[in-house]
Amino acid sequence: MSTNPDFWSFVFGRLSWESFPFHEPILVATFIAVALGGVAMLGALTYFRVWGYLWREWLTSVDHKRIGIMYIVLALVMLLRGFADALMMRLQQAIAFGGSEGYLPPHHYDQIFTAHGVIMIFFVAMPLVTGLMNFVVPLQIGARDVSFPFLNNFSFWMTVAGAVTVMISLFVGEFAQTGWLAYPPLSGLEGSPGVGVDYYIWGLQVAGLGTLLSGVNLIATIVKMRAPGMTMMKLPVFTWTALCTNVLIVASFPVLTAVLVLLSLDRYVGTNFFTSDLGGNPMMYVNLIWIWGHPEVYILILPAFGVFSEVVSTFCSKRLFGYTSMVYATVVITILSYLVWLHHFFTMGSGASVNSFFGITTMIISIPTGAKIFNWLFTMFRGRIRYEVPMMWTVGFMLTFVIGGMTGVMLAVPPADFQLHNSLFLIAHFHNVIIGGVVFGMFAGITYWFPKAFGFKLDPFWGKMSFWFWLIGFWVAFMPIYILGLMGVTRRVNHFDDPSLQIWFVIAAFGAVLIACGIASFLIQLVVSFMKREQLRDVTGDPWGGRTLEWSTSSPPPVYNFAFTPIIHDHDAWWDMKQRGYTRPLHGFRPIHMPKNTGTGIILAGLSVVFAFGMIWYMWWLAALSFVAMIVISIGHTFNYHRDFFIPAEVVDRTEKSRTALMAGE
Amino acid sequence: MSAPTLHAAAPAEEVAFYVTEEEHAHSGSSTMLGFWIYLMSDCLIFAVLFATYGVLGRSYAAGPSGADLFDLPLVALNTAMLLFSSITYGFAMLEMERNKKGMTLFWLAVTGLFGAAFIYLELYEFAHLIAEGAGPQRSAFLSSFFALVGTHGLHVTCGLIWLVTLMVQVAQRGLIEDNKRRLMCLSLFWHFLDVIWIGVFSFVYLMGVLQ
Repeated sequence: MSTNPDFWSFVFGRLSWESFPFHEPILVATFIAVALGGVAMLGALTYFRVWGYLWREWLTSVDHKRIGIMYIVLALVMLLRGFADALMMRLQQAIAFGGSEGYLPPHHYDQIFTAHGVIMIFFVAMPLVTGLMNFVVPLQIGARDVSFPFLNNFSFWMTVAGAVTVMISLFVGEFAQTGWLAYPPLSGLEGSPGVGVDYYIWGLQVAGLGTLLSGVNLIATIVKMRAPGMTMMKLPVFTWTALCTNVLIVASFPVLTAVLVLLSLDRYVGTNFFTSDLGGNPMMYVNLIWIWGHPEVYILILPAFGVFSEVVSTFCSKRLFGYTSMVYATVVITILSYLVWLHHFFTMGSGASVNSFFGITTMIISIPTGAKIFNWLFTMFRGRIRYEVPMMWTVGFMLTFVIGGMTGVMLAVPPADFQLHNSLFLIAHFHNVIIGGVVFGMFAGITYWFPKAFGFKLDPFWGKMSFWFWLIGFWVAFMPIYILGLMGVTRRVNHFDDPSLQIWFVIAAFGAVLIACGIASFLIQLVVSFMKREQLRDVTGDPWGGRTLEWSTSSPPPVYNFAFTPIIHDHDAWWDMKQRGYTRPLHGFRPIHMPKNTGTGIILAGLSVVFAFGMIWYMWWLAALSFVAMIVISIGHTFNYHRDFFIPAEVVDRTEKSRTALMAGE
Repeated sequence: MSAPTLHAAAPAEEVAFYVTEEEHAHSGSSTMLGFWIYLMSDCLIFAVLFATYGVLGRSYAAGPSGADLFDLPLVALNTAMLLFSSITYGFAMLEMERNKKGMTLFWLAVTGLFGAAFIYLELYEFAHLIAEGAGPQRSAFLSSFFALVGTHGLHVTCGLIWLVTLMVQVAQRGLIEDNKRRLMCLSLFWHFLDVIWIGVFSFVYLMGVLQ
């Protein structure tokens, strides 16, 4: 039996020794580094006996704060991977001129640009945004957790499972070579017979399910769990943007799921949705994927806008200028983001009328966005501005993002787009808005809420280093890309003949190195802040003179967030409470009803990685087995009716007393 | 929106800052809303599949069309099965409201039988089509047909598994609060699939035989 090739292909599907990239020295070296690092980390965890603690307190936690922090850790880890891809591309393009082929053959280079896009959007930007929303939203609305705490844990682990699936492709097999949206027919079975596109599909399906469920969860939380008195027009702006983002998630991720299912049917079953023959229509894929894809960029940017709104009003010690207009601008952007998807492919040939419609709707989006910029500027006007690190990110954002917005309007003009389509100008544009908007926003948010999460501030020196490296690095890296794009250089090219272009690519590579210093500074900042945590300690819970409810509780907040549910009388609820002479309640505590931790989420997510692996490598038995296991465990989970418990009043009393002692400086 | 400076000037105004009487444990108060939002997202998956069918529904690739393939009496019978199952689910919910466990279980079982009959007839139709050489690989029309109808069938199958699970749970623990909430969710899901099927029946089958 052991010599029967049918048996082995049944067991291992497509997987064989050739699937492992032993011939690629870069990958082998990376693998050795990752393996050594991984073994060292596992060894350290075992040596310090923290497995039990990790499992009980973090991995199985349904606490929205811990899940939020874990999302951000995931994002930072994946940022290193995604940025390594970026550096490799910059280096390749800086040296591959004329006779030199560079060091990355096309097969490898194509995987890198695909992985870079997929990882940066799905596993860096999305977890950063979801993580911040998870951490901040319940605190801002005076809630003790999200609506569905177990679902929250499950969503997080599904996102991790997607990331793990994509990471496996680095060392087992290959990743897609199709670009980050995997357009057919290239991504069909004939164009991409390997496992790359399958890794792409299953990685995104698994993570997408998590994202969708967390969207449902946060909408229900914001709608149902606001503290008494917090009407919709008293919601903090960050929570408003979170609400709109989650509405976008729920209304767009199903489209991604459906279109990827259709693509997998083409690849696995041999259907003809996007094939070039038997009636298939590849352009339908492009339409459908952008119906998800365009809202996706607003999913990322809206929470960043929310962060800037909170930061500006806190660090100018002023109520946000034009709160109402800010809310309406957010809602208008939410709606308009569904009416612009076709601007990603004006060159498809839909005709002048269709292109004009989508060109105009695209330009209209700049109006509410512009209104937001003016609101932030007017908030700063005559405010007492404190240039702490979050505020620096905000000002850097305003300068950078406005340029990105303007190049966006240029691209929205269909005749101009016919020239700029798929050029490096487009690449520079979207990096301009994603780095200048989302990334800066997330760094501002992390710096702003870090003391809330951990009880000490981040070290400002290294924060400023990170900020300046990122800001200058961004401009140095992407201005040459704009210029190259205007000269007509197209994207996704790994070798150039014209030597006059080289200098621009060299400058861009230098910019990427500056950004690398920015990332390094951020990591150093984390370490330095941890070492100096006693100096940076905040015992008040309100280190910045905050305005919203999360600053009313201790840092880090207790598991139950608020000993008593607050009552809201005005927006900027905490500022209002301070103005009215609020004093902390010191007695009369009651038992608090909380959800129990559960390991089901991480187990299901682990099984979905196994399922994805089985599907990718055609190991049908493995896929079937893990699928059945997932169903059985999910059903088993529903038989557990005891999912919550009460924190006894004495524990609450003790926790609050220790805070009182801390605040008194004992 | 009142100006905050007013409060600073007049701090004497007494207000309550927090809720002292903690309300009773309210697990699951947002479940119906959450499930409804989930259903709407599911609805979007069907929207994509309907749109796909709308685009590809006449790309026969010189193969058979709906008029050649669809057996309307069979589909009418199938539709009747699903519509009856929705009615019987409604009966189950009425019995649940009266806290009659036995009758609730009875009507749930009837619903399950109708649902299973629906799935059986659908699989029969699919097997028949594939045997005739009109499988999902034949043309873009058939791809989109199988995707749309199959996805609906898959949902009904999930609903059946869920139904059996809930029947076991109701039998074990009775009509407790948690189980009632779950039955309500399944009810939404089941009727939702009915609505989708009416779309499928009209848009795919009825209009298909007219072409």
